[in-house]
Amino acid sequence: MAVVYFGALALLLVSAFWYLDPATNTIVRSLSFKNFADLIGQPVFRTIVLRTLVVAVAVTIVDGIIAFPIAYYMARVAGPRVRAALFMAVLLPLWASYLVRVYAWSVILSENGFLSSVLNLIGLGSLSSVFGVSDVSMTVVFCYLWLPYMILPLYAGLERIPQSFFDASADLGAGAATTFRRVVLPLALPALVAGSIFTFSLTLGDYITPQLTSNSRFIGTSIAESVGVAGNVPFAAALSLVPIAIIAVYVLVARRLGAFEAL
Amino acid sequence: MGRGALRLATIAVLVFLYVPIGIIALYAFNANRAQTWPITKYTTDWFAAALDNEGVRAAFGLSLTVAFWAMATALVLGSLAALAVHRYRFFGRDALSFALILPIALPGIVTAIALNSSVHALDVQFGTLTIVVGHATFCVVVVYNNVVARLRRTSASIEEASMDLGADTWQTFRYVTFPVIRTALLAGGMLAFALSFDEIIVTQFTAGTQETIPIWILNHLHQPNQRSIVNVVALFLILLSTLPVYLANRLTTDTSSGAAGRL
Repeated sequence: MAVVYFGALALLLVSAFWYLDPATNTIVRSLSFKNFADLIGQPVFRTIVLRTLVVAVAVTIVDGIIAFPIAYYMARVAGPRVRAALFMAVLLPLWASYLVRVYAWSVILSENGFLSSVLNLIGLGSLSSVFGVSDVSMTVVFCYLWLPYMILPLYAGLERIPQSFFDASADLGAGAATTFRRVVLPLALPALVAGSIFTFSLTLGDYITPQLTSNSRFIGTSIAESVGVAGNVPFAAALSLVPIAIIAVYVLVARRLGAFEAL
Repeated sequence: MGRGALRLATIAVLVFLYVPIGIIALYAFNANRAQTWPITKYTTDWFAAALDNEGVRAAFGLSLTVAFWAMATALVLGSLAALAVHRYRFFGRDALSFALILPIALPGIVTAIALNSSVHALDVQFGTLTIVVGHATFCVVVVYNNVVARLRRTSASIEEASMDLGADTWQTFRYVTFPVIRTALLAGGMLAFALSFDEIIVTQFTAGTQETIPIWILNHLHQPNQRSIVNVVALFLILLSTLPVYLANRLTTDTSSGAAGRL
């Protein structure tokens, strides 16, 4: 199994340096940097890479903000029964089919769908005026999909903070805001970063969600099209090195911030 | 933030997590083929139609077959790898433990096109076998992680004690090691099965013309006359996903193994 997997990955890596001869439509197996030159030279790919990055960062930040209150409530406020129930409630959507959840949103976001009906009802106008930018609708869907991945590590991280730290902070005269900023946030940071590995890298590598809930293209969309439509595996291979490099850097930084111990 | 505000934020997150799932569940009963909101007339006719649909039945069968074999492969290879890495120091041990994390960290599309071009290069026929191999790559990792985490928390002295008391290697595995890792295998196997059942990206590039359930949904959700059946299948998958969560919960409360905590 490992041989199959690594053989496949190695082959992919090597094929990034081959190229597709446009005249004969065959793959030429000789060392070339043509794919990389195309990748950097064509502004459309810069736009796609930038869009993917911006959405991945936005999803990570929004999920971090949304996850904090519920994770905090679960870890420090709720009693054991409510906590267990909330844990299940957050876990359950992770098991529900990924495609079904994306599909649900594509139905909600569709014209005359749930969201446009709600927007009409509260007088916010049509769906296209609010969610006209498809990158925004896609970002909302990504936030929805990966939110449990942020909540669960954050909950575990917040639960680990000893109660005495809160008491000490209060004894020393700190208000709730100061305690949050000086005690809770620094101690929860590794867990926050751990959760962000999921939200960031899962968004970065996706192409089904952009396909179903927007008309923008992602890095993944271009990779899939290069193989499926154009039959240009070498270019797809070169293209796939972009998310691999970005995720590798991200994971290395996350490890320095102590995220691996928080997982 | 006060307690009230925290509670409110928690409820808001739960609403955000469950409203899309609830909406798609309602659409399964929509008498109208057009997916507009609000639903004006309800029916249960689509359930019979879905049950009668050859494509759905075939896709469901294929999904079950693939998930079963991917899980079985993962259970054998994943636990062997975990035992090897945990117990022995050998050349390439660090490389192996790193290699086993890779399929999770890499975007699915990269694994997918790597396997796709290898299948082409090896001149193998696309079909059930190639899907199983593709799914097994990430399923092995899931089982490995569960088993290795369990082994780490188990003292090596119980195996040594077993050997000292005259048990041979097989008896030690049968009566000491296996009972220790049994619930980890159960949890890992369940997760592997669910991941395989839900997988779409690797499947798209290794299935050839065959359809698993997610592929069937993806291929039919844009066909207006099939959407009502897609909704029923979606509802069915949502209901199905509660099963592993329930079982994981039972497993945790019965054996306090923390099975659900490591999903």
